[in-house]
Amino acid sequence: MTFLTQVLNGLQLGSIYALVALGYTMVYGIILLLNFAHGDIIMVGAYISWIVMSKLGMSPVLAVILSVLGCTALGVLIDKVAYAPLREAPRLSILITAIGVSYFLENGSQLVFGADAKVVPDYTSLSTFQVGGMTFSFTAILTIAVTAISTIVLNLLVQKTKLGKAMRAVSEDMGAARLMGINVNTTISFTFAVGSALAGIGAVLYSMAYHQATPTMGIMLGTKAFVAAVLGGIGSIPGAVIGGLVVGFAEVAVSAIGLSVWQDAVVFLLLIIVLIVKPTGILGRPMTEKV
Amino acid sequence: MASMLSVQDLHVSYGAIKAVLGISFDIDEGEIVTLIGANGAGKSTTLNTIAGLIKPDSGSIDFRGEALVGTKPHKIVSKGLALCPEGRRVFTEMTVEENLEMGGYTRTDAENAESLKIVFERFPRLKERIDQVAGTLSGGEQQMLAMGRALMSKPDLLMLDEPSMGLAPILVQEIFDIIKELNEQGTTILLVEQNASMALSIANRGYVLETGKIVKTGTGRELLDDDDVRKAYLGG
Repeated sequence: MTFLTQVLNGLQLGSIYALVALGYTMVYGIILLLNFAHGDIIMVGAYISWIVMSKLGMSPVLAVILSVLGCTALGVLIDKVAYAPLREAPRLSILITAIGVSYFLENGSQLVFGADAKVVPDYTSLSTFQVGGMTFSFTAILTIAVTAISTIVLNLLVQKTKLGKAMRAVSEDMGAARLMGINVNTTISFTFAVGSALAGIGAVLYSMAYHQATPTMGIMLGTKAFVAAVLGGIGSIPGAVIGGLVVGFAEVAVSAIGLSVWQDAVVFLLLIIVLIVKPTGILGRPMTEKV
Repeated sequence: MASMLSVQDLHVSYGAIKAVLGISFDIDEGEIVTLIGANGAGKSTTLNTIAGLIKPDSGSIDFRGEALVGTKPHKIVSKGLALCPEGRRVFTEMTVEENLEMGGYTRTDAENAESLKIVFERFPRLKERIDQVAGTLSGGEQQMLAMGRALMSKPDLLMLDEPSMGLAPILVQEIFDIIKELNEQGTTILLVEQNASMALSIANRGYVLETGKIVKTGTGRELLDDDDVRKAYLGG
């Protein structure tokens, strides 16, 4: 494989991690919760695609739309049912709840779909295309492009729209945001919706690349995206993208030099190094105590 | 005439700690009313409870005849009641303009464009710093931003919690002048201050709070001349 192909592979994998890491970082930014169920939302998204295409025999376009909408709805539902009642509770309670939700989703889908892997069919017949004598993977290019567009749209949303500004206000000072007339609960729901929609997009892109849905697929994917979010500086949107790309490139680089058994270990080694050298992550701000 | 804000027998506690023990007071349209008292007397708790941030144990809060207890803070803002909180609490990572936009969150863009003009007329310094991140402003500028932000919702009743805290004397004077001007232009003010002499000098009426209870009330002048008040809060 050429060097360029490896770079594309790194970008593709990194893009998926980035999309998932964005969901972690946004939820953390607004309610200081590490949403451990976030990776499992992707798993549900992959199963939705499988149901729509394999079980119902419907179009891939519908699979994409329903996966993204399904993940969005699931994210908002999880917040309403599991996290919202604990808004005033100690942070540990809600963290443990998130772990519980994660187990619930994993075991629930094992109960419903069984433990064996389901094959998610191709969304498109396009697999490769040629430019100037070189072969490119369609999925890789699509993944990178979709992630780039999603990141730009997300950034515009957060920086320029009224709801985006409300998200930033809530994340900085929830009490002051309430005094402005901002409905904090709506704003938090919206954050979950956006983060989970990105997870839905991630689920589709992941299924395009790996064609598999298993009840536990969200664990490693979620954990690595979480590493990416911490690496980039949790709470920071550009940080999540950078972190995702770093993790993706690191994995691809390790397997490119023939050490693919080490690729998971390297990701966590990276995390350990960052936590020692710069605990707030690449773009993280120094910790300030919230009043 | 029914008063604009009427607080009756308000009890508020934080867990086992009772912060406000049955206070009652009224504010009439157009007044400046001040609550004075030492740290921990329950002044900020009272304001936060009126704004809906804290649920009282018992008692009633009526604003223009409408019961506020149990109403969500964001709904209270749209009724015309704004709180400029203690310690300013501007959004330090957002620009001056964005902070002001948040202040007008419940209002339309057209209404906000108009309010923004009025706020910039009153605080020209904020206009100069419109794109600056609020965290880089000086303390006085942040206080002006916090007040401007509260004014963006066009409140009929503006509650100010320690607006002079941590400011240089010259700025304190400026802030109090602005409060007076706002009042002259029709905004009713409920002011909480540790700087009792300044607060009483601009207030129509005042209430003295001690450990969660109102121990004295009178016009600003009466309280300024009161021996007990002078000893306790005005340094002799």
